[in-house]
Amino acid sequence: MRAFVAAISGVLFALGLGLSGMTDPRNVAAFLDVFGAWSPALAFVMGGALAVYASAFRFAKKRGEPILDGKLHLPSERRITGRLVAGALLFGVGWGLSGYCPGPAIVSIGAFSLSTAGLLAFTAAMVSSAWIVRAVERSLARRSERRRSEAQEVGLRTRERAGAHV
Amino acid sequence: MSIGELSRALGGGVVIGLAAALLLIANGRIAGVSGVIGRVWTSADREWRIAFVAGLLAGGLVLSFVAPGVFGAPVTSSLLQLTLAGVLVGVGTQLANGCTSGHGVCGIGRGSLRSIVATLSFIFAGAVAVALANGRIL
Repeated sequence: MRAFVAAISGVLFALGLGLSGMTDPRNVAAFLDVFGAWSPALAFVMGGALAVYASAFRFAKKRGEPILDGKLHLPSERRITGRLVAGALLFGVGWGLSGYCPGPAIVSIGAFSLSTAGLLAFTAAMVSSAWIVRAVERSLARRSERRRSEAQEVGLRTRERAGAHV
Repeated sequence: MSIGELSRALGGGVVIGLAAALLLIANGRIAGVSGVIGRVWTSADREWRIAFVAGLLAGGLVLSFVAPGVFGAPVTSSLLQLTLAGVLVGVGTQLANGCTSGHGVCGIGRGSLRSIVATLSFIFAGAVAVALANGRIL
């Protein structure tokens, strides 16, 4: 049931992107072209989405529990980190150079009869590099976890030995 | 900007907001496309992520029949530039833990300061990249 709702949400999301004109990279580039023929359309798209989502969030928060899950899965990180800003800046450059962000790229791949070689190259590079970043992160997290448990064990043994001498 | 363009932008935004609201209220999940894609295989709860991506693809397929005009060509024909852009978007969104949907809509909609900072940062960087690419500055 959760997967079914997620699929409906995905279809609706794609239709919204299409209706808004944001599946056309030229419309995105026009919003970012502040020194040229600037178009505010993307700001209205975000405004419309935010108006709905902000009230939906208040409702979900008040309700406490989602309909099909035990809890709201919300990000816990609050800090503004260098990683956040650096990542957002890198993403922004790629967004400006192509006119694609992840949502419109995936939706455009779905319209496969209209896909261009450029779209395929962009999406393949985007998805594979995202997976590489996640894989590297997982292996780093696992390694530091292993190191932490080793350090804990050594500490425990040292304390035991010290205790035995007393 | 014509009234038609403005209402399409607003209306499309409202539909995007409804889609994200549905995922939050029913499943308790954030409709952030980069997050869904990044963790589509590694996460334990991959069913809803795969279903969401399948929905995005199916929506694109429907649009290609009912409104093929909504899809435009990339802003450049350079495959090298588009591949580089894809790598920047892939790496950047995973480091920042979100993209236009996750930070720009869901994050700001929750009032998250992190998402406001991220959104201002990627719009700023995007504007600089477009200005440079179009020879508006330098």
